Amino acid sequence: MTKTLDARGMYCPGPVMETAKAMKQLNVGDVLEILATDPAAKPDIEAWARRTGNQVLEVQQQGEAVRILVRKLK
Amino acid sequence: MTQKTDVGVSQTPKEEKKKLSIIVFSGTMDRLMPVGILASGAASSGYEVNLFFTFWGLQAITKKSLQSAGPQQGPKVDVNYQEFGQMMAQRMVEMKYPSWQQLLREAKEVGEVKVFACSTSMGFFNINREDLADFVDDVVGVATFLDRAQGGETLFI
Repeated sequence: MTKTLDARGMYCPGPVMETAKAMKQLNVGDVLEILATDPAAKPDIEAWARRTGNQVLEVQQQGEAVRILVRKLK
Repeated sequence: MTQKTDVGVSQTPKEEKKKLSIIVFSGTMDRLMPVGILASGAASSGYEVNLFFTFWGLQAITKKSLQSAGPQQGPKVDVNYQEFGQMMAQRMVEMKYPSWQQLLREAKEVGEVKVFACSTSMGFFNINREDLADFVDDVVGVATFLDRAQGGETLFI
């Protein structure tokens, strides 16, 4: 795990935008952990990953927050 | 009848960049917010984004109107939704939701977003280049916008 993005309390498009920003700082192969409470975060980050060619490794509900692991592929 | 050719059978034919272009016609907050949201979401997802500010949209990107964009000033919400304006502005503050211009600025940071001002609208409203917000990339006409938007999704808001 390289970096954690705490996007809890943010609303669309916050989590996706912050994910895009954070991924820019990472190297190919690195994994970003995203924590979010926006109910759209799961489908949105999955769609974002499809669009941008990155890989969602894991999605887990943790109480009010969802924890999403994304691997940077390009 | 349609004949299938062999070109690009296996994958999406072109690895062409996805594009979202918006003609920003309305200058009220209820329309500018979705422009900011769509632009930043698309830019984050790797879309090329082209925004063409025209008519009341152009008026909304003058330095003057951006500075006075507080929740209280001016007719900021479409008259049809005016009763919700105050409540929404208050909720957005409580939610710490960014303003549409913040969203637009972030969109420009995170991706490829071009902001164009319509030259004719500038004439209509007697607005000069230096009156426009710093995030404006260029003053153009419809032919330039159509050329940029070609092959992508285009919205009129």
